[in-house]
Amino acid sequence: MRARNTFVGAAFALLAGGMAHSALAQDIKIGEINSYSLLPAFTEPYRKGWQLAVEEVNAAGGINGKKLVVISKDDGGKPADAQTAANELVSSEGVAMLAGTFLSNIGLAVSDFANQKKVFFLAAEPLTDAITWSKGNKYTFRLRPSNYMQAAMLVEAASKLPAKRWATIAPNYEYGQSAVAVFKKLMSEKRPDIQWVDEQWPPQGKIDAGPVVQAVAAANPEAILNVTFGADLVKLVREGNTRGLFKGREVVSFLTGEPEYLDPLKDETPEGWIVTGYPWYSIKTPEHDAFLKAYQAKYNDYPRLGSIVGYQTIKASAAILAKAGSTDPEKLIAAAEGLSMPSPFGEITFRKIDHQSTLGAFVGKTALKDGKGVMVDSSYKKGADYLPSDAEVAKLRPKD
Amino acid sequence: MAFYVVQFLTGLASAASLFLVASGLSIIFGVTRIVNFAHGAFYMIGAYIAFTLTERLSGAFGFWGGIVLAAFAVALIGVIVEMVLLRRIYHAPELFQLLATFGLTLMVEDLVVLIWGPDDLVGRRAPGFRGAIDFFGQNIPSYDLFLIVLGPVVLGILWLLFQRTRWGVLVRAATQDRDMVAALGVNQKWLFTSVFAVGVFLAALGGALQIPRDAVHHAMDLRIIVEVFVVVVIGGLGSIVGAFVAAVLVSELNAFGILIFPKISIILVFLVMAVVLIVRPWGLFGKPEAAARKTPGLTVNPWRPLTSNERLMALAALIVAAMLPLFAGNYLLTVGSEIAIFVIFAVSLHFLMSVGGLASFGHAAYFGLGAYGIAFLAKMAGLPMIVCLLLGPLLGCMGAAVFGFFAVQLSGVYFAMLTLAFAQIVWSIAFQWVNVTGGDNGILGLWPSSWAASPSRFYWLSLGVAALVTVALRAMVFSPFGYALRATRDSGLRSEAIGIDAKRIQWTAFVIAGTTAGIGGALFAYLKGSVFPDNLGISLSVDALVMVLLGGVETVSGAVIGAIVYKALNIWLVSQTDLSKLVLGGFIMLIVVVFPKGIVGTLEMLAQRRKKASPPGSPLLAKPIESAE
Repeated sequence: MRARNTFVGAAFALLAGGMAHSALAQDIKIGEINSYSLLPAFTEPYRKGWQLAVEEVNAAGGINGKKLVVISKDDGGKPADAQTAANELVSSEGVAMLAGTFLSNIGLAVSDFANQKKVFFLAAEPLTDAITWSKGNKYTFRLRPSNYMQAAMLVEAASKLPAKRWATIAPNYEYGQSAVAVFKKLMSEKRPDIQWVDEQWPPQGKIDAGPVVQAVAAANPEAILNVTFGADLVKLVREGNTRGLFKGREVVSFLTGEPEYLDPLKDETPEGWIVTGYPWYSIKTPEHDAFLKAYQAKYNDYPRLGSIVGYQTIKASAAILAKAGSTDPEKLIAAAEGLSMPSPFGEITFRKIDHQSTLGAFVGKTALKDGKGVMVDSSYKKGADYLPSDAEVAKLRPKD
Repeated sequence: MAFYVVQFLTGLASAASLFLVASGLSIIFGVTRIVNFAHGAFYMIGAYIAFTLTERLSGAFGFWGGIVLAAFAVALIGVIVEMVLLRRIYHAPELFQLLATFGLTLMVEDLVVLIWGPDDLVGRRAPGFRGAIDFFGQNIPSYDLFLIVLGPVVLGILWLLFQRTRWGVLVRAATQDRDMVAALGVNQKWLFTSVFAVGVFLAALGGALQIPRDAVHHAMDLRIIVEVFVVVVIGGLGSIVGAFVAAVLVSELNAFGILIFPKISIILVFLVMAVVLIVRPWGLFGKPEAAARKTPGLTVNPWRPLTSNERLMALAALIVAAMLPLFAGNYLLTVGSEIAIFVIFAVSLHFLMSVGGLASFGHAAYFGLGAYGIAFLAKMAGLPMIVCLLLGPLLGCMGAAVFGFFAVQLSGVYFAMLTLAFAQIVWSIAFQWVNVTGGDNGILGLWPSSWAASPSRFYWLSLGVAALVTVALRAMVFSPFGYALRATRDSGLRSEAIGIDAKRIQWTAFVIAGTTAGIGGALFAYLKGSVFPDNLGISLSVDALVMVLLGGVETVSGAVIGAIVYKALNIWLVSQTDLSKLVLGGFIMLIVVVFPKGIVGTLEMLAQRRKKASPPGSPLLAKPIESAE
């Protein structure tokens, strides 16, 4: 019970720590949260992306003359810790808005926090459809194309394949489950003749790839949908290559074209997979050129998709803050709804109806070039073209 | 038919990798009784170093040489860790070494990212084993065949080592009765160091051999460590053959299980372990643990209730803590609430561990069940907060009643692992039953009613409950029930002889601890406004263990301090630095060395020593008085 003394001591220490780095009063602060320690492969480029954006915003005069400051916190991949961080950012740092997050459950936790505390939140990466639809709320906006949108983009290409027998491999958690569900639904709508012959659900990060590959091959599908990524994807591809799973079979794969996941595969990259991704080397638009040049000049490294997401998250936040001319959350919402802005992928808009941005993704095929995996025949799919009708969205989303 | 043969062989290949790592862990545990949480970290370093070496060295020799060199290099690191860190704490209370290896694991996770960068690394394929062999139209990777052969070969070498060498005889003797080996004049220091080195070598070799089939990344350790523990326990602690059979069993069940239930992998090993432990309490090949010769601690400083002065001090401390809202902002108050909740959680586990002598590795299950109890009551039944807070922990209570009944039939590490299995089963239900629990997206929108919504009121609520719980559990320690429970912990035979129904007492303690954890979980749900399967997860269970060990497992209320120090430090570090794991891990290791009985335990000992003014030097080394069992 003598404990309490230490407790108070610890509290003082925290208090002092919290005060140590308060920015100047006239700065505009954005609180940023991501899974830095859990997912460094994605979050390191992401951090570089947003740091570049902060620099650019401030070089161009800040937000209506005020300096933009981003205070960044690690959530360690845990929703509860993300909420602690969000609370610190809002209550003791006094940020104007929250941004970031990667994992869907963390995105939802922060979105719920934002709703409760009436804080503006721009979700950067979480893909779950729930964040804008079934569990959407008025304080939450989302940048990246959702699961639904990416599935719709892939279905457009996949439905043209002759294959009729399909198998699926997806990590056993919400992202994998909903990606497969949406893909199946949209695919079966377009192609009622399709049969789903097998599904495999390895635990996320723990795939035992040999048996999984063997089990899929035993069902003898003509095409395979893959949703695994990261280290699981590496194992799946290696086993699949050795065991000949992909030979003579079409593969459609979520996210595999993103440099984060494609580059580690090196010379084992399977060819001809239809994927969503980010072929930074073959995008020839002035907007992207400008971004690429600035990024390479600052970091002497090529951007990953995370860089784009980080960059655009802060650019979008800055645009919203600038238009609102205030840090009042209601004004921020009003400013964000329907706001259009440039991005490295072209103009995007935050939809009023569900707060989803119309940022799109590239769909293309994987190929091997000089012992490295690349995306070829890629084309940009605008997010706006792959969302359900407004009437359907209205049904999916609870009234504010 | 060919398919089933190939699937079987594929399962064997998976088993071989699992076995290599598990055998190392089994040997280390058997001899040193260290629950080596860092085994996964050594596995991961093995893979990283092997990656670097195989990329640098060329040719077939370079590849295989790189693998073996990596394993030796990591074994050397293991020797250093053992000599510098673990040697200092062999006399610490049971499981304390877990804390040191946990700290090491945290540090390694950050270190590998610092050294090798954040990207996933994909190494070379093994020269000579790149392709596949055609088996009636099915492809078997030749590397899999290599692993299938390697597994039994390693098993054979280990068998020879243990049966045919003097060192092996010593290791087997120490596994059975290490006090007797010490009494016979064997140099335990070097035996332990060499055993640790061999175990780490096997872990690193297991990691290095993953290079041709896996990606090397910073989360490899956690991916394997729990599974390996499970394999070791299923096989029976200290039994190499058991580890092999268990690895094959688990891998084959997985390989064929996914054909029928594709979602089974997530829980399979834990189901197998739960079944095995209920049917065979010491694993497939294990033997009953020899009765403990030492009374677990406490013989030096008998527990006593607080004196009235100390009571006044505690009350004063509580009043000071209650004044926090006068000067602290909302964030600090929320952190304060979180710490108070973790105090509840930690003292509940402490009650089970210190008073009952039952270390649970799955205590988060009851914390999480309490939280889910709130979620169900508030979201589905729409009950008001006060009713939810009263009824929610009952779910934790019910869970503890059911699982506790089976768990208290076991003891020691087997008890710990069965609680872990149950916790993982509950976790996977929460994770998979999407319609009810929302799966990993959790249940949102559980915010407190207006009477408790402000941070200061919620802080007072949490603080008040934490104080009540701590006092109540303390009172229980010095009640007849508490004495009975301590009797079952200190001497099973004697307590039975005087008519104590040990299992029932322990079961009751389990239910009390589970319900208390449920109270913590219930408050946590309201603090965070949401419930996720994380709240039942392994990492939370480990956190609770760390808090108890940090405070001092041989104290009456050390967990209070442990929880405050660990949680406050954790929150602060995560907020202040990107390398929070590195710093926190280093801090834990420092504490382990400076406070070998936990913070409170060591302070109490020093205070005791000053009071007695005994000759310098002796109490630190004084071993607990041995009871004449």
